[in-house]
Amino acid sequence: MLLLAFDTATPAVTAAVHDGTTVLAESTSIDARRHGELLMPAVDCVLREAGAELDAVTGIVVGVGPGPYTGLRVGLVTAAAFGDALGIPVHGICTLDGLAYASGIDGPFVVATDARRKEVYWAHYAGPRTRSSDPAVDRPGDIATQVAGLPAVGAGAALYPEVFTDIRAPADQSAGALAALAAAKLAEGEPFENEGGLPALPLYLRRPDAQVPAAYKAVLPK
Amino acid sequence: MADEPLVLGIETSCDETGVGIVRGHTLLADAVASSVDEHARFGGVVPEVASRAHLEAMVPTIQRALKEAGVAAGDLDGIAVTAGPGLAGALLVGVSAAKAYAYALGKPLYGVNHLASHICVDQLEHGALPEPTMALLVSGGHSSLLLAPDITSDVRTLGSTIDDAAGEAFDKVARVLGLGFPGGPVIDRWAKEGDPDAIRFPRGLTGSRDPHYDFSFSGVNTAVARRVEERRREGVEVPIADVAASFQEAVTDVLTRKAIRACRDNGVDHLMIGGGVAANSRLRSMAEERCADAGLKLRVPRPKLCTDNGAMVAALGAEMVARNVTPSSLDLPADASLPVTEPHVPGHGHGHG
Ligand SMILES: [Zn+2]
Repeated sequence: MLLLAFDTATPAVTAAVHDGTTVLAESTSIDARRHGELLMPAVDCVLREAGAELDAVTGIVVGVGPGPYTGLRVGLVTAAAFGDALGIPVHGICTLDGLAYASGIDGPFVVATDARRKEVYWAHYAGPRTRSSDPAVDRPGDIATQVAGLPAVGAGAALYPEVFTDIRAPADQSAGALAALAAAKLAEGEPFENEGGLPALPLYLRRPDAQVPAAYKAVLPK
Repeated sequence: MADEPLVLGIETSCDETGVGIVRGHTLLADAVASSVDEHARFGGVVPEVASRAHLEAMVPTIQRALKEAGVAAGDLDGIAVTAGPGLAGALLVGVSAAKAYAYALGKPLYGVNHLASHICVDQLEHGALPEPTMALLVSGGHSSLLLAPDITSDVRTLGSTIDDAAGEAFDKVARVLGLGFPGGPVIDRWAKEGDPDAIRFPRGLTGSRDPHYDFSFSGVNTAVARRVEERRREGVEVPIADVAASFQEAVTDVLTRKAIRACRDNGVDHLMIGGGVAANSRLRSMAEERCADAGLKLRVPRPKLCTDNGAMVAALGAEMVARNVTPSSLDLPADASLPVTEPHVPGHGHGHG
């Protein structure tokens, strides 16, 4: 097994190579505005560092969000193109699940990433591999009672310390953790977000902002 | 390989996911998936809707193009992609896909300019472009007169619109007339039933002291709106066909007049017309008449190659491969406001291979 993993659903542009047992190479940089520029050089870098030939890669692992859309799509279209060009499967994993797995927290906790517009993407977890609620997007104030007192993972939680009072590591997504989770799932035959060979689809959670242009404006004075 | 490079081109600058494959000047495939119907009810292209559609359509459209061309991805000599100008989020989907295919297949990547591609596509129709090429580029986002000594490296602006693009003017007039979006094709259809001389709409920037090669379409737009509103206010039926025909006549009159003048002034013996508005039937017929009268050779690609497509990107990419242009690096950015004067986008230099 040789997995190439990456995630662009958060400000972290992260890529890793994993051989089914361990992370061979990982690269993570935090830059919310340059996902498109940073991802492929990072992929190239981890493959070189791992000494891995591209045609030895057996699967692509990609974080499917939720996350701000423009960055999120960079990872997803890259994964789809790699899968097609190399003829290998693409395994989609919820980005929050990667953070949960990396935290290793045993017991109930929440993961929250920054959704901008004063909102967070978040979900409840019963353990590092057990999500207990669907990913959602909300204003932190509106979910305060639901997350009260729970350990909270992710940079989105750290932005709202008045709501998330027990901040734990990690803050940022790691493709190494995402790949390790994928390797564990593959070893145990657990399903991915995209079952049955479907393309890995993004978790947008919000409908597109479609500004309907204002009604036709008259040029003649009223 | 260098003479007739086999290149795949990806175009996602607006609402069409285009993938084309060319061998030198020969078109092998032109696959397009459009999200235009999803935008129609909004009266314009909604960027987020377009970007989502690009992501879904990307791989299937690539597969369709390869099948149509009957070539294997491994045989390609290069992958070209629109790096700009266009909608930022939409461009990023195509650029990211192109990088991944280029990297996975071990092929050189070429980030190219959408506007130069609209010109270069004519090589698929009429063979090698003359050097220099005089081009009138008219689309929803641009209206320019360009002189290109070398389409891969040297494109110069002689003039451009100071307000709306020609295609925008068609959209606005269609909205005023209640004909929906996009405006170009529907105005063209209505105009066929109308009298182009029924109303004399203003010709912008055609006075003797006006800039020779710049365009302005806000005046004709306002005049059309005023005309239509007056009729409606008086409770008189608006002669849609006559308004459409007269508006179209005014716009095409200015475009062709200025383009022919630019050819004369610069001693060029031909005129190339590219961009979505070049699909307009009246612009094509008027350009044909006037170029013939002026002794100029007219080069306009067939309508399907004038609207946004991947073949035009592949055509420019193939020209770059043929001329040994240095490929773009893996950190190639999408540049929403890439100037027309930069046909090739090298990236910052974190190359691979
Ligand atoms: Zn265009």
